[in-house]
Amino acid sequence: MGINRRNFFRAMGITGLALGTGKELNAVPDRGDETEFYGILYDATRCVGCQSCEVACALANELPEPDPEDYPVAGTIRKTNENRRSVINAHETTRGEVYVKNQCMHCNQPACAAACLTKAMYKTKEGPVIWRDEKCMGCRYCMVSCPFDVPKFEYHSANPDIVKCDMCFDRVKEGELPACVADCPAEALVFGTRRELIKEARRRINENPELYYDGIYGEDEAGGTGYLYLSPVHFEELGLNTKLQKKSYPELAKGFLYAVPSIFIMWPAILLGIHNATKNNSKTSEDHDEL
Amino acid sequence: MMNYKPLVPKDNDGMPVGKFLLASLRPHGKIFTPFNIISVPIIMAGIVLIVIRFVYGIGSITNLTQEVPWGLWIGFDVVTGVAFAGGAYVVTFMVYILNMEKYKPIVRVTVLNGFLAYVFYAGALLLDLGKPWNVVNPIIGNSFGVSSVLFLVAWHFLLYMIAQLIEFSPAIAEWIGAKRARKILSGMTVGAVIFGITLSTLHQSGLGALYLMAKEKIHPLWYSEFIPILFFVSSIFAGLSMVIFEGSVSNRVFAGQISEKDHMGHDGILHGLSKICAFAMLVYFFLQIVVFVHGKHWQYLDSRMGAWYLTEMIGFVIVPMLMYFFSYRTRNINLVKISSLVTMVGIIINRLNVTVIGFKWDAPVHYVPSWMEIVVTLTVLSIEIWIFRWIVRRMPVLRGSPAWVPDDH
Repeated sequence: MGINRRNFFRAMGITGLALGTGKELNAVPDRGDETEFYGILYDATRCVGCQSCEVACALANELPEPDPEDYPVAGTIRKTNENRRSVINAHETTRGEVYVKNQCMHCNQPACAAACLTKAMYKTKEGPVIWRDEKCMGCRYCMVSCPFDVPKFEYHSANPDIVKCDMCFDRVKEGELPACVADCPAEALVFGTRRELIKEARRRINENPELYYDGIYGEDEAGGTGYLYLSPVHFEELGLNTKLQKKSYPELAKGFLYAVPSIFIMWPAILLGIHNATKNNSKTSEDHDEL
Repeated sequence: MMNYKPLVPKDNDGMPVGKFLLASLRPHGKIFTPFNIISVPIIMAGIVLIVIRFVYGIGSITNLTQEVPWGLWIGFDVVTGVAFAGGAYVVTFMVYILNMEKYKPIVRVTVLNGFLAYVFYAGALLLDLGKPWNVVNPIIGNSFGVSSVLFLVAWHFLLYMIAQLIEFSPAIAEWIGAKRARKILSGMTVGAVIFGITLSTLHQSGLGALYLMAKEKIHPLWYSEFIPILFFVSSIFAGLSMVIFEGSVSNRVFAGQISEKDHMGHDGILHGLSKICAFAMLVYFFLQIVVFVHGKHWQYLDSRMGAWYLTEMIGFVIVPMLMYFFSYRTRNINLVKISSLVTMVGIIINRLNVTVIGFKWDAPVHYVPSWMEIVVTLTVLSIEIWIFRWIVRRMPVLRGSPAWVPDDH
């Protein structure tokens, strides 16, 4: 009985391994509000539904040219897919027909990036959430986790990519505007830091309270998003999901991940203890490992 | 099939290892068995489908959509399969940690089953990956997505497979007659068992935790922050029911391998396991009630999904639990076997409810697996059974260890 040398080293090894693994598992994405992320403000009261943004997006990202026959019609939902990263939809609302742009929301704490086990889906310090081909396994856990159902998968390719808006990260890095923002003739899209955009959105609401619904979609949704929406009507009427939680989505798995290191340390110790306590039950020789 | 003549000595006794292994490659048993006749065409069809999948993409043989990116291959092959493989950690816990000698005869076969299950479910996972060649990234790459539950699960799969291989390795050493290797390997068993139980606790619950971020996508009756705990507790009786089922089948199919003594003791083992199952199910059922009440889910009961939920809870948790209790009381071995089947069906239903049926339950179009996805799943299962049979017919898994092994086994 008691702890002999072999068991001691074994317990030490297991504990060491647990500590080593445990430390890493604590990591969570950066808190969004501590960094100055860039984002885009979309003003549905200004959008005329011309689809210039869709064309600009396709050109900038080498996607197939949009079909000119396919324009937004109230009552049908046009979805983003592996060939288009951004779409304009029309909605019949209490204040007439209103357009809305749909694309990746670029969350402050993206579920997709927290879900990604290879960091292929990645929240850049500039703000855009990007996808990196060489890291991706194609497991589609980002798609399962994204509350906005944004990432799309090329189901009919032997080397499939995950497709989604990356806020034209390459252009943003060069100091240029995202393609959709640059080409919007109605000035419905504004690019800037999230802080500036929220200030600007508030200013517009305050100056024109009768024009706007009093709220900014994306300010709190899913813990805050890089894309922010202003609308003349309640966001639900524009098909935006208003039932999302205000906490970030990675928060949901945090409790589990935090429990991992402690289980990793406690379980082996407990198991070893029980093993030693019960081994006299079996009439074995000195070499108790030969079970 | 019962009284086949072995073509090679059961365990190697002085033959050179290479020659012995070569001799072992020859088929040992009848070729035209019902299982072979059914499984060979399935495997052939499955291989064709897998080739199509790698040439034309995952969409060419699956019904997966942009909204439902995980279907049968994840929900059944991986999530359900791993729950069934949970028997290995429960039985090793009983035998090596609690030193319950009674269950020793089933340790090896259970560990082998668990090991093969993991190898094949990890294999099935590769079929579901868009870029399977990048699967090494989270293992060796410089891009550790450590905040991902899937990262944890992936690492645990890998480490647990190694732990199980170590747990099983003395059987291989005995088979090829490697006496010194056996001594070293069996010395590692307890360490591997402790490590393996810890890993199992975490990844059985981790498979549930995978779905924690899909909060609004899963029906509220199946989504809660307690999914990881429910998955862990249910893996205990899922795994043991699989052990009971597999044991009943093996006892018949591989009767020639099992000694008279083990054969007689088998019923006692099954009764013991059914008692544990019944208690684990009782705990699980209470947890489910707590989750249900805590989540204030009463309003959902009066719907189609609510009826389905009640079917699962009553028909596939309470009923098999009572059957297990009753079978233990009356020592009714047939009832034990039926209970294990009902429990397993219940586990399949539960895992599919979380991963497939309850996932995007409110969407206008539902995901239903294509026949090709089902054939590929059956292919994976069939190949696994082939390998299992190959090993059981050769290595000392069900039969006792060779005479030179110090302990009686």
